[in-house]
Amino acid sequence: MSALIGQDMTGGYGTGADILHGCTIGVEAGQIAVIVGPNGAGKSTAMKAVFGMLHLREGTVTINGKDITGLSPQARVREGMAFVPQTNNVFTSMSVEENLEMGAFIRDDDISRTMSQVFELFPVLKEKRRQPAGQLSGGQRQQVAVGRALMTKPQILMLDEPTAGVSPIVMNELFDRVIEIARTGIAILMVEQNAKHALAIADKGYVLVQGRNRYTDTGEALLADPEVRRAFLGG
Amino acid sequence: MDVLNAIVLFGNFVGVPAIAYGSQLALGALGVTLVYGILRFSNFAHGEIMSFGAMVAILVMWVLQAAGIGISPLPTVLLALPAAIVGTIALVLIVDRLVFRYYRVKRSPPVILLIASTGVMFVVNGLIRFIIGPTDQRVDDGTRFIMKVRAFKEATGLNEGLAIKTSQVISLTAAVACVVLLFWFLNKTKTGKSMRAYSDNEDLALLSGVNPDRVVTFAWILAGTLAALAGTLYGLDKVYKPFTYLQLLLPIFASAIVGGIGSPVGAIVGGFVIAFSEVMVTYAYKKFLGYILVADWAPVGLAQFLGTDYKFAVSFMILVVVLLVRPTGIFAGKTL
Ligand SMILES: Nc1ncnc2c1ncn2[C@@H]1O[C@H](COP(=O)(O)OP(=O)(O)OP(=O)(O)O)[C@@H](O)[C@H]1O
Ligand SMILES: [Mg+2]
Repeated sequence: MSALIGQDMTGGYGTGADILHGCTIGVEAGQIAVIVGPNGAGKSTAMKAVFGMLHLREGTVTINGKDITGLSPQARVREGMAFVPQTNNVFTSMSVEENLEMGAFIRDDDISRTMSQVFELFPVLKEKRRQPAGQLSGGQRQQVAVGRALMTKPQILMLDEPTAGVSPIVMNELFDRVIEIARTGIAILMVEQNAKHALAIADKGYVLVQGRNRYTDTGEALLADPEVRRAFLGG
Repeated sequence: MDVLNAIVLFGNFVGVPAIAYGSQLALGALGVTLVYGILRFSNFAHGEIMSFGAMVAILVMWVLQAAGIGISPLPTVLLALPAAIVGTIALVLIVDRLVFRYYRVKRSPPVILLIASTGVMFVVNGLIRFIIGPTDQRVDDGTRFIMKVRAFKEATGLNEGLAIKTSQVISLTAAVACVVLLFWFLNKTKTGKSMRAYSDNEDLALLSGVNPDRVVTFAWILAGTLAALAGTLYGLDKVYKPFTYLQLLLPIFASAIVGGIGSPVGAIVGGFVIAFSEVMVTYAYKKFLGYILVADWAPVGLAQFLGTDYKFAVSFMILVVVLLVRPTGIFAGKTL
């Protein structure tokens, strides 16, 4: 039983044409699944569909075997899912600390332990805790965004291009953090533009093209596949 | 001596009234800004909602007066404020349920909501006419002055006196108390923070599990409370005229926009900027200049920039200038 599966998802935005065509993605607890593919392939759309931000005409979403296809995004947060969108993923006018507090909005227990864990994971955030998130650099913002998502203590963490616009060094660091997070037993579903890098740390990889699954395999196998390399990984 | 006289004169006719009026505008503009920050439309019905709050306060005040209940030397209407606030909150929640919610669910553009709010404005206006009638109502029983001109003159020996009305002190006190409470609420409480988050980034707030209906309800509760207060204080300070609130809409929106609509700090600063400009531009400086200038230089005319009838033109001019020079307002509003 997988932690999360979006099975045969078909649907689009509003009343527009379908963007996803029978697309399937999933991830196991404690593992990392990576979605790669060309721009406009529907990677972000697939993430939104899994998170309930898109009406699915067909297909189901289950977590730990429980069907959650009909739930609103807010309700999915309560089921243990957390999502870091590709853009606008921090509250720019609020301080770093308040961003993290907002992440824990649905929790009524003491959040200070989780917050110190996030600060351990991303030490720079502790330093900047009183600064408005809008004044941080791109890489620091991504850390706030991931930190905010972790504050719910999710079982499933979904990241849409967490390394967009960050330097190679910060990217490596972020990937290290992602691995650390997965080791704590959280399932991670991640969209990545840095396909080679991401597949290297992935237990499972999905190559999406035009809203369809083109290749699905372990990260290792996809990296080794000459066809995938040629068409999607730049040789 | 002449300089002191000039200062007292200026304080009496400009400083004190403008501070009281500024407090009332700030409270009104805060309501407008809160609704804009959360619901993202300009609520043109806000003036009439203030009027409605004042009306409820007066109705309850009459009941209290008839029963012989009062809090002299303070005006009885203060005792009626809680009821006025509850009544006004009920009004805005009902209006939201009947009108605004429909457009919100449909995700209508802000201008549609603005037009709907204009409709609400006319309906509430009619309702007020229907209930309390179009005539003026005096509200200020109790001791009307905290300091009278005569007493001030006798105490200081100056030619000029300073009068401070009870209603003016109450206006300032209420505004300060409201602002402190509001900022505490927005910055320290979980619900307040969730409102700021929703105002900053609606989608991300939803992803964090914030319930949008709750945020909207709280925005209306706060706006209703502020409107009832602002409306009642304005009526207490002047006279309650059901129709002045329509005119008050212009300075209130000017305050909110000048400060940066959506920014609570901006609403407060904007309220005082507008109030002081309005009072200063329409004040006749003849006597004031007489004190500070050499006798021969004293102006012959009134030395008044604009007649008081034109006071609303002042907010309009400031509004136009701000929109031309710095369209985002002083504090670049948008988020709470
Ligand atoms: N909010 C939206 N409304 C309507 N169509 C959209 C919306 N967002 C994306 N689309 C369309 O859906 C398709 C897939 O977009 P999506 O954002 O999922 O691509 P992506 O794979 O994430 O691309 P990228 O790598 O550039 O982030 C595109 O054709 C896009 O135009
Ligand atoms: Mg994308």
